[in-house]
Amino acid sequence: MSSAIVRAVLSTAVALFVAPLAIALLTGVDRRVTARLQSRRGPPLLQPMYDVVKLLAKEPTVSNRAQIFAAWTYALAAAASVVLFCLGADLLLVFFVQATGAVFLVVGAMSVPSPFSQIGAQRELLQILAYEPLLILVFVGMYMVTGSFDVSAIAAYPKPMLLELPLLYLVLGFALTIKLRKSPFDFSASHHGHQELVKGVLTEYSGPFLALTEIAHWYETALVLAICAIFWAPSVWIAALLVAVTYAAEILIDNATARVTWRWMFKYTFPLGLVMSAANLAWLYVR
Amino acid sequence: MFEKLIKLARVKSPWVVHFDCGSCNGCDIETLACLTPVYDIERFGGINVGNPKHADVLLVTGTVNHRNKHALRAIWEQIPNPKIVVAIGACGLTGGVFRDAYNVVGGVDKVIPVDVYVPGCPAKPEAIIDGLVLALGKLGSGDTASARAAAEAIKGLPVESAGRPEEHS
Repeated sequence: MSSAIVRAVLSTAVALFVAPLAIALLTGVDRRVTARLQSRRGPPLLQPMYDVVKLLAKEPTVSNRAQIFAAWTYALAAAASVVLFCLGADLLLVFFVQATGAVFLVVGAMSVPSPFSQIGAQRELLQILAYEPLLILVFVGMYMVTGSFDVSAIAAYPKPMLLELPLLYLVLGFALTIKLRKSPFDFSASHHGHQELVKGVLTEYSGPFLALTEIAHWYETALVLAICAIFWAPSVWIAALLVAVTYAAEILIDNATARVTWRWMFKYTFPLGLVMSAANLAWLYVR
Repeated sequence: MFEKLIKLARVKSPWVVHFDCGSCNGCDIETLACLTPVYDIERFGGINVGNPKHADVLLVTGTVNHRNKHALRAIWEQIPNPKIVVAIGACGLTGGVFRDAYNVVGGVDKVIPVDVYVPGCPAKPEAIIDGLVLALGKLGSGDTASARAAAEAIKGLPVESAGRPEEHS
């Protein structure tokens, strides 16, 4: 009985503290590798942490108080979703908690009349509209293979899901690209500086509230990479390798592709994601 | 206790916004060249955020004129503290060759408090990066011209311009 409580406390601690710091380091590696791909030297690996500490120490300035609430809700919802995932909760619950946070980011951006913020918020909503159905379909695929929506049951599944859900993994990669704010699907707020309407949906967040959105982004990235990892649940090492290869592919695609418009995304990529999901799910159903 | 960490973070992460106050674009080209792979300020943690609300450092090129001095002041006011201002090029220092023109205010420090002056016509990217690194020390210690100006404003002194700093090379 008490060992379950100890495990729960440990899982929560890992989710709250280790996950975002690990992702911060991964982001640092990302920026360094991206810089080398662009023939530059790039920042030190701890750069994202310096950025967040600096932002937290800035003078807080907001356009209105709704932004404060929005930034905090975004960060807390993202953290809660990672904690729930680590505690083995229902994947749909995890997903909706994360989605609530993402919507509050948009609400905070929409509460400011700045045109950069407004357009960025609307584009962010379009991106959310694109990846959410596909992510749900990935979870449906997981259910069809393992018989459960619970993370604890899926993580205990003895066979690697990747072999039965290869197309759905690619669809998950599409959602990951949007969540990481990488090309070609970074038209609401690119993770590069000063692109897409100043900074799109993040334009009007500043100082400590921008730091909160960055911390929330770390938690969200941890969540999506964790979902990628359970595609090879039996072996921790192969799961880690899978995540590393996926992230490396994301960096390459980011540097090799141009940004698309939302129309392009909905005309080509979204239907392709739906077709791939349908194909994979149909195969699972008929076999 | 966190002060050393905060100071370190501020020095390691100077986010830049660049504003052209009527420059001939020579200094602008050299400033933006700092972002390119050859000079690369990102190795110092610098990103051109282009958004005063996200920035720590304001790079100003060009002589200021009577129209854009209001925009310059507005941008400077929107940057959250702590912030530093770097005036780039001969025009930014004193108005350069355009000093006597009727519309020219003649120097960035007539409008906002300036921390670092980078001479040149145009200023070299190496000099601009040098100026930025020089300013990082002031950002870390908190002894910025903007902070001094704000302190003087609280004391009730006029802050129309911060004036020129004492002689230093």
